[in-house]
Amino acid sequence: MTTIQKKSVLGQDNPIAHLTEADIEQIGIELDAIRQDVLDSRGAADAAYIRRVIDTQRKIELGSRAVLLFSAFPPAWVLGTLGLSVSKILDNMEIGHNILHGQWDWMRDPKIHSSTWEWDMASPAEQWKHSHNELHHTYTNVIGKDNDLGYGIMRVDEDQPWTPASLAQPVFCFINAVFFEYGIAAYDLELGSVIAKKQTKDPDFRRRAKQVLGKIRKQATKDYVVHPAMSIPTGSFLPTLAANFTANIVRNLWSNSVILCGHFPEGVETFEKRSIDGETKGEWYVRQMLGSANISGSKALHIMTGNLSHQIEHHLFPDLPSNRYAEIAPKVKALFDKYDLTYCARPMPQQVYSAWHKVVRLSLPNGWLKTTNAKNAPQQLGILYKMATGDRRTRRLLGRKLESEARAAA
Amino acid sequence: MSTTLEPPVRGRRLTKTVGDRLVRVAEAATTPYLPADFMDLFAPLRPGADLRGRIESVEPETADAATIVIRPGADWAGHVPGQYLRIGIDIDGVRQWRAYSLTHGPRRDGRISITVKAVPDGLVSNHLVHQARPGTLVHLERAAGEFVLPPEGGKFLMVTAGSGITPVIGMLRNLFPSTDEGVLRPARSAEHDIVVVHVAPSHPHSIFIRDLEALDAAGAIRLVARYDDEHGVLDVADLATLVPDLAERTTLACGPAGLLDALGAHHEAAGLTLTTEQFRTARVEPGDGGTVTFASGTTLALDGATPILDAAEEAGMLMPSGCRMGICMGCVIPLREGSVRDLRNGAITTAVPGETGDIKVQTCINAAAGPCHIDH
Repeated sequence: MTTIQKKSVLGQDNPIAHLTEADIEQIGIELDAIRQDVLDSRGAADAAYIRRVIDTQRKIELGSRAVLLFSAFPPAWVLGTLGLSVSKILDNMEIGHNILHGQWDWMRDPKIHSSTWEWDMASPAEQWKHSHNELHHTYTNVIGKDNDLGYGIMRVDEDQPWTPASLAQPVFCFINAVFFEYGIAAYDLELGSVIAKKQTKDPDFRRRAKQVLGKIRKQATKDYVVHPAMSIPTGSFLPTLAANFTANIVRNLWSNSVILCGHFPEGVETFEKRSIDGETKGEWYVRQMLGSANISGSKALHIMTGNLSHQIEHHLFPDLPSNRYAEIAPKVKALFDKYDLTYCARPMPQQVYSAWHKVVRLSLPNGWLKTTNAKNAPQQLGILYKMATGDRRTRRLLGRKLESEARAAA
Repeated sequence: MSTTLEPPVRGRRLTKTVGDRLVRVAEAATTPYLPADFMDLFAPLRPGADLRGRIESVEPETADAATIVIRPGADWAGHVPGQYLRIGIDIDGVRQWRAYSLTHGPRRDGRISITVKAVPDGLVSNHLVHQARPGTLVHLERAAGEFVLPPEGGKFLMVTAGSGITPVIGMLRNLFPSTDEGVLRPARSAEHDIVVVHVAPSHPHSIFIRDLEALDAAGAIRLVARYDDEHGVLDVADLATLVPDLAERTTLACGPAGLLDALGAHHEAAGLTLTTEQFRTARVEPGDGGTVTFASGTTLALDGATPILDAAEEAGMLMPSGCRMGICMGCVIPLREGSVRDLRNGAITTAVPGETGDIKVQTCINAAAGPCHIDH
């Protein structure tokens, strides 16, 4: 992947080169109209929808936790774990993520409001809202500004230099997926950069760190102490603990996959920092259109992804109620077609594969994967070994050679 | 409200600690939610829940007025006739709060009622009168208001206009319950001598007119009904003729601002006591408006006619609110900097940092008058 701005310089296809300033402004006007339609028709049916989802999630959670009181009995364990996983996913995705976006603030219900909501995951709502709503949604896919791209720990673009440490990134990426809620908490805390800048004594950081630790302690007490303890009478302490742990991991893997699908699959564009100076509303819209990818699938899939399967629509209109994304998707897609832009939508397995393929590809030097086949694998591995162990000069020389071979092959 | 002193119970401290512990365990089991969030799914009217109620029936009074009978939650603390109730109801998915007088005295079946007249462009009143359905869950606050009769009795004149009858009918129904055997006159009403001057556009448009006429026929009250179409608009100067012993009476009045203002001037000149209850306030010409910045980061560009409260709610903010007409102070928020304009009289309030400090302003009747910063 190369930022959209470099593509023109390198003679690659720039997907927005054909758009005039007037086109971009018109796209903005048409998207504003789609948004206004939803605002005008927002009402009782939408309010009933979110209340129904919350009601369902809470009943599933109550039911699953009740079943898990008997989790020493294997079928109860399986059923309870499944239910709790579903409940946690609904809580985080369709309910928490979307309420914290302010999608339901218009209802003026103090119990369903972005300023009062808290969710079943390690990161406190307040901190997540800052890193997600303010940073990620504003600077979507701008390299160096949007840390959601690789969470600041991964190589997410060919233009970033390859180092031997990049080789470990599929492993890091997988560990991050398994413990995603803690990864998010650390990320919202900006733990990495705070440690790097030696700002751990900063009082504001201390306050936020205390908040995160408090939240994690409460979450862990619930899942790993209180509910297992309530299961002691049936001899189900450990099975319940294991069930809660499993449900948290399932939720982590699922939400990580959904989020990877949103901005990481092939075909999603990235942007240069400079390109957003003085960006107009129309240009912002176009960046959101090309910087996001959808997952196609059933209604159930849309709900379980918190409608982030409509990531494009969500990024265009982060504060519209999530239940409306499906309805406006055809209009948004028609706009893409009208202006000859690529609406990136594929089924989930393909998007997940595409995202992981990219993680692996970028963990290797540019061009390595492309120039490697079954026949030359031993030599290629030799080159990789030399690049990983050699000095910077070796890396640069071998890297250039790989890139030119890859270009020639293309 | 009465208070009952309970004798100290031994062992109560112990149960309290055990109870507290159980609550803490329950909270630890449901975090980040509260046990109440789960109980609300099944029993929204239980003791300990946020105060709510369920609409039991909607009974038409006139073509554009209806009485809404509500079963309040277990923690409803009762009311004194004449008091009002703040009710929150979801209309088109949006929570709307309004205040209405309670129109039944405390009832034996524990139900409460409000009587609502649908006013033109009145979102909530039209919804309650024409669309509200039995079974709907509504949000309530405790009864409030000082517009009540002293229990020891006395001689009173009630001046009511239109739906201004609602707090008064609550008082009268409590004093003189109407039964199949006719109007009762229990001991509590013995010391009350009441004249009601009721003003309405016409007889058919007069809410509770049959109740008033029945009370008059039974000799419980003296009713002086004045219909605009029949008698012309009431001139407060005529009160002395309509009620010859006016000077001996304490006046309680409820109706539109124009009537109350005229009555206020009349009574002040005559040196008479007047207690009023107002439903809607008169508004002056709008000013220029301005940009309002909230501490939460929201910035709104407002015109000079829209109350800050309405605009902020429209933008999805959660705002404290109360009577929505500038009386109860339930909506006050500190104005850090800038000017606001009182929509009732045009008065400007200006906060200057370092000079005035924060000034608490009523958001329900103030509009922006230039750029302002509000601490909310």
